[in-house]
Amino acid sequence: MKKILLSLSLIIMFVAYILYQRLGELDNARMVAPGSGIMSNQNGNGMGGVGKQMMGSYKDGTYTGSIADAYYGNVQVQATIQGGKITDVQFLDYPQDRQTSQEINAQAMPYLKTEAIQVQSANVDIISGATQTSRAFKESLLSALNQAQG
Amino acid sequence: MPITIEVVDQGIVGEMLDEVFKYFTYVDRKFSTYKKSSEISQINDSRLKISDSSQDMQLIFKLAQQTKEETRGFFDIYHNGKYDPSGIVKGWAILEAAVILHRKGFKNFYVEAGGDVQVSGLNSQGKKWRIGIKNPFNSSEIVKVVEADSQGVATSGTYLRGQHIYNPKTGQEITDIVSLTVIGPNIYEADRFATAAFAMGKNGIEFIEKLPGFEGYMIDCKGTATMTSEFEKYVI
Repeated sequence: MKKILLSLSLIIMFVAYILYQRLGELDNARMVAPGSGIMSNQNGNGMGGVGKQMMGSYKDGTYTGSIADAYYGNVQVQATIQGGKITDVQFLDYPQDRQTSQEINAQAMPYLKTEAIQVQSANVDIISGATQTSRAFKESLLSALNQAQG
Repeated sequence: MPITIEVVDQGIVGEMLDEVFKYFTYVDRKFSTYKKSSEISQINDSRLKISDSSQDMQLIFKLAQQTKEETRGFFDIYHNGKYDPSGIVKGWAILEAAVILHRKGFKNFYVEAGGDVQVSGLNSQGKKWRIGIKNPFNSSEIVKVVEADSQGVATSGTYLRGQHIYNPKTGQEITDIVSLTVIGPNIYEADRFATAAFAMGKNGIEFIEKLPGFEGYMIDCKGTATMTSEFEKYVI
């Protein structure tokens, strides 16, 4: 079961990546109205690097496409675009049982970037962060007033 | 709660800032759960019905309910038998304060309260406002610098002594993440969604990713940060 889930996770990441690339080529494809569309991408292999700028030019909506997957056979995928970004990818027709595909949809958001936090030495105007919840509201208000009048 | 206001435009005088600080006093008197005389405490002690409360109080309850629905229940002002709307009042009040300044004709300023900020226009050097995100592991350091000119920046965090945020659905304390900063179109929006997203733990950043027009920077308990796909457009 775990192996299937892992494979399915990899597939959805792959599919999302492919969709991300192919949507950059929608200029050449026939695009029907959102919600009913079928992305027919006849161009096949030319996956040029599609920057995020291209995503921004696509209308919000839901797009459906077919992508052949080597392991699982044909998979039909639905991508939702909001604000120029893919916000959801759903498997519509899946060779395995549909329950599994629901779990997969909940996993893997490949667009999040991680990094180790690093101390910055730059000058800033304002600091954002958790502050001590203070009962002494009046005290801090007075000192802020002094700041304002200074 | 410490409040800081800076107005760059000419023509700002002390009395105008007094009006803004007085507004925060009004908000505190009404919504502070620490004050027995506050309107929210009267509601919590059943001395006052929500339906009999002031216009602003009823507004906050409406906004809280709306936010609860928009976040599938992860934003909830009802904890342990009491209402605590601070997770939405702060952002709302800061935005109202910014509106006071806008109405007076000021365009270049910021209003910051309790680590959340609404910016407008440019700083005294004519550049976008630079906001540093506090290091949750050392509050005298910053770990990220972003710039903004009209947005709201809100950070939810639990790294100070005595701070706890709970998942309202499970009652479990959130411990896998320690800080979540949200940049949104204004501070009211950024604050309410930062509050809700934090209650989702590590999944919170995915919630922000799915929200059009919002970006986020989450720091987990091990010092690893996760950011939404367009967050870097704010980073300098």
